[in-house]
Amino acid sequence: MADKLLEIKDLSVEYHTDDGTVYAVNGLDLTVEKGQVLGLVGETGAGKTTMALSILRLLPERIGKITKGDIYLDGIDIVHCSEADMKLIRGNKASMIFQDPMTSLNPILTVGDQIAEVLELHNRDQSKEEIQKRVDEMLSLVGISPERKNDYPHQFSGGMKQRVVIAIALACTPELLLADEPTTALDVTIQDQVLHMMRELKEKLDSAMILITHDLGVVANNCDSVAIMYAGEIIEYGRVEDIFESENRHPYTVGLFNSIPDLTQKTKRLKPIEGLMPDPSNLPSGCTFHDRCPHCMEQCKTMKPLAVTSGTHMVRCHLFEKSGKDTVV
Amino acid sequence: MHTQYKKKSKLKSTWVRFKKNRLALFGLCMLIALILVAIFANFIVSYDTAITQVMADRLQTPNAQHIFGTDQLGRDMFARIIYGARTSLFVGLLTIIIALTFGSIIGAVAGYYGGKIDNVIMRFVDVLMAIPSMLLAISVVAALGTGLVNIVIAMSVSQIPRFARIVRSSILSIKGQEFIEAAKACGSSDARIIFKHIIPNAIGPIIVQATLAMGTMILTVSSLSFVGLGIEPPSPEWGSMLAEGKDKMRYFPHLVTIPGLAIITAVLSLNLMGDGLRDALDPRLKN
Amino acid sequence: MLKFIGKRLLMLIPVLLGISFIIFAIMSFTPGDPVRMKLGDAASEEEVMAMREEMGLNDNFLVQYVRYVGNALHGDFGKSYRNNIDVFGEILARFPNTLKLAFWGIVISITIGIPVGVISAVKQYSIIDHVSTIAALLMTSLPSFWLGLMMMLLFANTLGWLPATGADSWKNFIMPSIAVAATSLATLIRMTRSTMLEVIRQDYIRTARAKGASEKTVIFKHALRNALLPVVTVIGINFGTLLGGAMIAETVFAIPGLGSLMIASVRAKDTPMVMASVLFVAIAVGLTNLVVDILYAYIDPRIKSQYVGVKR
Repeated sequence: MADKLLEIKDLSVEYHTDDGTVYAVNGLDLTVEKGQVLGLVGETGAGKTTMALSILRLLPERIGKITKGDIYLDGIDIVHCSEADMKLIRGNKASMIFQDPMTSLNPILTVGDQIAEVLELHNRDQSKEEIQKRVDEMLSLVGISPERKNDYPHQFSGGMKQRVVIAIALACTPELLLADEPTTALDVTIQDQVLHMMRELKEKLDSAMILITHDLGVVANNCDSVAIMYAGEIIEYGRVEDIFESENRHPYTVGLFNSIPDLTQKTKRLKPIEGLMPDPSNLPSGCTFHDRCPHCMEQCKTMKPLAVTSGTHMVRCHLFEKSGKDTVV
Repeated sequence: MHTQYKKKSKLKSTWVRFKKNRLALFGLCMLIALILVAIFANFIVSYDTAITQVMADRLQTPNAQHIFGTDQLGRDMFARIIYGARTSLFVGLLTIIIALTFGSIIGAVAGYYGGKIDNVIMRFVDVLMAIPSMLLAISVVAALGTGLVNIVIAMSVSQIPRFARIVRSSILSIKGQEFIEAAKACGSSDARIIFKHIIPNAIGPIIVQATLAMGTMILTVSSLSFVGLGIEPPSPEWGSMLAEGKDKMRYFPHLVTIPGLAIITAVLSLNLMGDGLRDALDPRLKN
Repeated sequence: MLKFIGKRLLMLIPVLLGISFIIFAIMSFTPGDPVRMKLGDAASEEEVMAMREEMGLNDNFLVQYVRYVGNALHGDFGKSYRNNIDVFGEILARFPNTLKLAFWGIVISITIGIPVGVISAVKQYSIIDHVSTIAALLMTSLPSFWLGLMMMLLFANTLGWLPATGADSWKNFIMPSIAVAATSLATLIRMTRSTMLEVIRQDYIRTARAKGASEKTVIFKHALRNALLPVVTVIGINFGTLLGGAMIAETVFAIPGLGSLMIASVRAKDTPMVMASVLFVAIAVGLTNLVVDILYAYIDPRIKSQYVGVKR
């Protein structure tokens, strides 16, 4: 059994705004092993970014709060450790790549300085020359000429900016990389390049990665395991084969796959999932998916489904609960 | 289960947000009180009282007969403050209305037609804006002389650029947006676009700027009157009251403190209102 | 970079010409006959006509304007109608006092305004934030000359700590500078606060935190430097208003500066003096704005890179 790097148990996160409370994450369980690439799939508003921010404790002050649950990163109790401890972890043991490269870089500092910053923060004993050497290394690694290290972010294209962000995130060889839709804001052709590069880097540095995306194609090409997130909880989890091929999948997952247009078949209309993602400040009772589910049963409206596990595959759905743990209908 | 989203009119939602802001409400109340005082000044105290000199009564500190005391020529300060409110608010309002009207027209023409017309007009506006407003006002007064009419002209000219810019930028920002192209594609006429889209969007910032500018105008007119380039005595004006009183202020501070507080009250209420409106119209998340 | 400075200086010229033209046009409306004022009522019609010819007042407006500009470039701004002294010399003697006031006004407003604004933003909704917001609000609502009078009442008349009038020593400039600084101070507090609040919400601040940077680094290295950019622009824009405030403060504290000269000249209908004073102020404002623009271009890399060659 591989080592567990990240363990999230029953995590709940709320946002307290003027307009009310938003229940972004509700009882989330997740595990990531060392060196594993986990794809986290879900629509906008499912709570994926919130979960990632919670791991680094970067939720907006005063508004975002972890109300329940535990997060263990390599044994460290993230929820309860001190801020000083967290600062040692951020950028070092675990780092994050954000969604929008256009706004993630400080416009008035050179890219070289911004990469150097994360190195200086976690390598206080190193000399300036050593740090600069490493900056050059990282830039080359992400495919940018080190001569450009004194340029400013606005002098780079979107794809190049994202590479800089990746360089910053990987500079201190973190054990866990949180990539929040790293290619969504980029052209499709650049997407491919960047993901390819990330795969290579991951191999080289042996980091574990949580790749947040809404694109199942990206998952297929890059991930070992997949977790499906809906309304703040993980409703399905397994290896890529389980999620893509198993017959016993959560109706939401089935719906996601069905809504992908198929180039080989002649169809007139797309098949989206009926209805909308629920309002996180006003979640439905019972199973949060029940009002959109084609297989909704009476108990779904009032009772939360339990996690049913079969080998590497977990589903939270009343459909599969019938005969107990290992037998799945 | 479908969530029902009620569509509140923008006006209503702005008002709701405005109401929540206690300071802004306070400003609004103060302003309304001032306006009422200015309009109904005659019913509170007669104009004669404000300008009649009673040398025997001069330089009285606030007492039962004269709530704010009397000035160095025996005039009742309370009456002068009341009528001063009328002067200040009137001048401020008139100035802004004139500046707004001319500024909007200029800005609208520049923004709507664009190109060379826009360039020429905005160059002129920029030059006007480069002259500090106090300076411009003093120049106009230097040329035309003092008095209410000239002051209003002087001050409105200095404020025209401000409104021209707002209107122009409102128009430009909307012109570029896609929904205008969509509207045109649906066959909307130019007039319809102007009235349905451009004006509702521009009105908010204009009203905010107008409110705040009015406060600035009251400060400007009192400054001009203070240095003798504004409203001439015996007209009761807060600024000139300060000028007249400053020689004797050492032993009779009420001559100077009270008119000053009046100015502060008026300008503060306008600033609170203007700020409140700005926050209510554009609620960037304060969290 | 020099190209940028050169370009902006060149742009300043048409602006100054435009301003001088507008002011000249306005002043031409001045009622009253300057010749009469000079020669007095006793002078005969022939003398008046002769004088008019000599002063070139019979030529048309544009000619007079061009002549004025031509003379001005030589340092000749005419003679005062009041006492016939050289306008240029008088202004040069007086302007430094006004500039001193404006300078100290800016210094005070920056050294207090920016830190208070930053603290307000970082500790949003705290007591300091509320107090400074209300204080700033009050300061934008009070007339600076009234503040000056109140200070005079307290510190000069009642306590006797500072001199009330004149310009003999540096002590004379303390109260007027504070009065001049008041409005600008309020604006800076509010502006700094709002730009800081905006900047702190930006994604790149989150990136900085995700690196494990200390809060102090996040605030000063990342947030503040970005937030100050628009603030610098505002300081430039406000300079004109500040100068106006300085001129008024001179009359309160009886400081012999350009402001008191201008105001007295307006009341005396001394057109050459007024004209020249206004021009000088406009030039000062224009140059200050230019300096601010250059400074801004220098500290914002996005603009700087357009003008400075990229080193490879």
